[in-house]
Amino acid sequence: MSRNNSPLTLADLPRLRRGRVLRVDGGGALADRLRELGFAPDTEVVFLRRAPLGDPLLFRLRGTDLSLRRSEAARVVITLDEEPAPE
Amino acid sequence: MTAATASQAPARPPAAKEARLPRIALVGCPNTGKTTLFNALTGLRAKTGNYPGVTVDRREGTARVPGGAVCVIDLPGLYSLHAISEDEAVTVRVLRGELLGRPPDAVVIVADATTLERSLPVIAEVLQVGLPACVALTMVDELKARGGELDLFQLQRALGVPVVGVVGNRGIGLDDLRARMAECARWPAARNLPPDDTEARFRWADALLRRCARARPAESRLTRRLDAVLLHPVAGPLVFLAFIAVFFQAIFTWAQPAMDFMSGWMDQAAAGLAALLPAGVLSGLLADGIVRGVGSVIAFLPQIALLFLVIFFLEACGYMARAAFVVDRLMGVVGLEGRCFIALLSSYACAVPGILATRTIPSPRDRLATILAAPFMTCSARLPVYALLIAAFIPSERVLGPFTWQGLTLFGLYFLGSASAFLIAAVLKRGVLRGAALPFYLELPPYRFPSPRVVLLQVWRRLALFLRRAGTIILAVSVLLWFLLHFPQRLAPAGATPAQQQQHVIENSYGAHLGRTVEPLFRPLGFDWRVCVGLIGAQAAREVMVTTMAQVYATPIEDEAHAASLAQTLATPDPETGRPPLDRAAALALLVYFVYSLQCISTLVVMRRETGGWKWPAVAFTYSFVLAWVAAFATYRIAS
Repeated sequence: MSRNNSPLTLADLPRLRRGRVLRVDGGGALADRLRELGFAPDTEVVFLRRAPLGDPLLFRLRGTDLSLRRSEAARVVITLDEEPAPE
Repeated sequence: MTAATASQAPARPPAAKEARLPRIALVGCPNTGKTTLFNALTGLRAKTGNYPGVTVDRREGTARVPGGAVCVIDLPGLYSLHAISEDEAVTVRVLRGELLGRPPDAVVIVADATTLERSLPVIAEVLQVGLPACVALTMVDELKARGGELDLFQLQRALGVPVVGVVGNRGIGLDDLRARMAECARWPAARNLPPDDTEARFRWADALLRRCARARPAESRLTRRLDAVLLHPVAGPLVFLAFIAVFFQAIFTWAQPAMDFMSGWMDQAAAGLAALLPAGVLSGLLADGIVRGVGSVIAFLPQIALLFLVIFFLEACGYMARAAFVVDRLMGVVGLEGRCFIALLSSYACAVPGILATRTIPSPRDRLATILAAPFMTCSARLPVYALLIAAFIPSERVLGPFTWQGLTLFGLYFLGSASAFLIAAVLKRGVLRGAALPFYLELPPYRFPSPRVVLLQVWRRLALFLRRAGTIILAVSVLLWFLLHFPQRLAPAGATPAQQQQHVIENSYGAHLGRTVEPLFRPLGFDWRVCVGLIGAQAAREVMVTTMAQVYATPIEDEAHAASLAQTLATPDPETGRPPLDRAAALALLVYFVYSLQCISTLVVMRRETGGWKWPAVAFTYSFVLAWVAAFATYRIAS
C-alpha cells in the first residue's frame, strides 16, 4: 500500500481524503474517549466536511459519521493515504 | 410539565409478583434501537428517536416469553463502561447492581448491524462483566439494503453467546428473541474475549469480523445527498429557517380554523349547559368555570399537536444531531457545546425532558448552565397564552408572501426566548460556571424515514398528557379561581343587567382582593388586578392564564347568540369606558413576561432532582422573575 509517511493529525486531513490512525496523543478522559470511539491504530478515517461555521469537523470511521471539534481532531495522529477516498 | 416528569421518571417499582421475574437489561451503544426493541418486547411506548442520547434513564417493562414473562430494563446507551456522562453512569450502575439492589439476571446486548466495527469492542466490554448475555443485532434490514453482509452463525460461534437478528419496529426476529429470553438462565458464558484494553478490543473486533464474512455496508446515499444540502454553509441554515418560519405561520393559518371550531363548540356546550341547569352557583361553575375555562385551554389542542408533530419528526428523521453539529461553533462562543443545543431544542416541547436530556453532557458545568437556561426555551404550555394574546392584539395582515404579523410575532417570541437562553448560559459560563471544555463528539446517524405510526403515537401520547394536565391541575386551579372570583356573591344595585351583576360580583370577590394585593408590584408593567389573578394562577400552570382570562372577561352566557371569541372580547373596547379590557401595551408586556417567567412547579422539582438541591432552582426562579419584570416593564413603556 502506498502511503505518505509524514505524520499528520486528523485536523490536517484534506477534505474527502483518507487517513489511517497511528495513535491518539495525550492521556486523560478525552484521549480515552477518542480511543473508545474507534480511533484505534490502523483505523481508516475519511474527512467528510466542515460544519457551516468551520468547526466542528465530520469524519467517517468504522461505518459511522462522527463529528469532533478541530482541537480534539488534532490529538489523533494519522498517516495520509495517497489515493483519494473511494465514494 | 408534571405529566412529562411521570413519563421520564423510572417506572414504578415492579409489583411483588414481577419482582420474581428474571430481569434482563438492554445494553449497547447509543442510537442502536434499544428503546424501539424495548417497546416492541413490552408493548410500552417509551420515547424513541434517531439521535444518540434519547434515553437518559432506566425504564422497566414486562415482556411475555414462551412459558412465562421476564422483566426488561431499558437503559441509556454508552460508548464504554468508563462512563463520562450522567446517562452512561446510569447504565454502569445498573450493571454493577448499585441502582436496583442487585445486577440484572442477564443482559441483551443490542448492537446496530451496520456499525459493528465500532460497537463490537463495547460488546466485548459488556461481556467481560460476566453476566449471562445474548446479542440482538438490530437494523439487519438496513444492513442488507446497503449491501452489507455478516454471518450471524459465525458470529454466534465466535462469541459463544446467542446472536439474534431483529428489526424492532417491524417485529422481525422478535419471536426468536423472546424464545431466547425465556431461557436466559441457561445462556452460556462468552469465550475468546480480548484483554481488558481498548486497543486490544478493537484488534480483536476487526479480526473477529473478518472471520464472520463481514462486508461493511455502503454509505447511505440518502444521507450523503441530504447532508450535501442540509449541512451546506448557505443552503443548510436557509432551508432550516424556512422550515421553521412555515411552521410558525402554520400555527395561525392551518391550526387556527381547527381551534376556532373547537372553541366555538366549547362555547355552545357551555351555553347548552347553562340553559339546562337552573341558574345559580352550580350552573355558573360548570358552564363558566369548567367548560369555558378549561375548554379555552383544550381548544389549543390543534396548535400543540402541530408543535409536537414538528419536534418529533425532526427527532425521528435524524436531523437533531445535525442541528447540534451546525450550531456547535456558536455554542462554543458561549462556552457550551452541540449536545447542549439538543437539550435546549427538546425544551421547546417541555423543559422537563429538556433538563433530563442534559444528562448526555459530560461536563457538569456545561450541564448546569444548560439546565438553568432550558426554562427560557418556549415550551408548549406557553403556546396557548401566546396564541390567545397574539390573535387578540396582533393584526392578521400579510407582510410577506404567506407570512402574517401574527406568525412573525410568534416567531419573534420563540426567538427572544431562545436568544435569552443562550445569553443566560453565556453569562453563567463566563462567571460562576467557568471551566475547561470537555470533549465534544457526536455521532450523526443516517437519515431514516420515520415510521408515521411511531411519530403519530408519540404525538398522541403528548396530547394525552396535555389533556390529562387540563383535566387535573388546570381544572383544579381554574375551579379554585372560579370560587375566588365569584364569592362573596354581592348583589349589584337594582336595575343592573346580568352582565353588570356578574362584573359587580367579580370586582368585589376574594379573587379581586387577592389580585389587588399584588397589583402594586405589577402596576408598572400595565397589569391590572385581573391580570394579576391570572399570574397567580399561572404559577401553578402557565395555561391557567388563559382560563382565568376566560373567566374574568367572559361575556355572560345570555349573549351566546353573538358571543365573541375570547380573543375578540379581549381587544374590543368597552362601550362605557371606550377602552378594551386589556390594552395593547399591557398585552405585549404580558407576552414578554411569559417569555421569561419560570411559572412551572414541575421544572423546579426536576431541577432540584438533577442538581441535588434547592439552591439552583431558587436561583433560576429569582433571576427569571427579575428578568421577566424588567423586560415586561421596558416593553410596556416602549409600547405605550
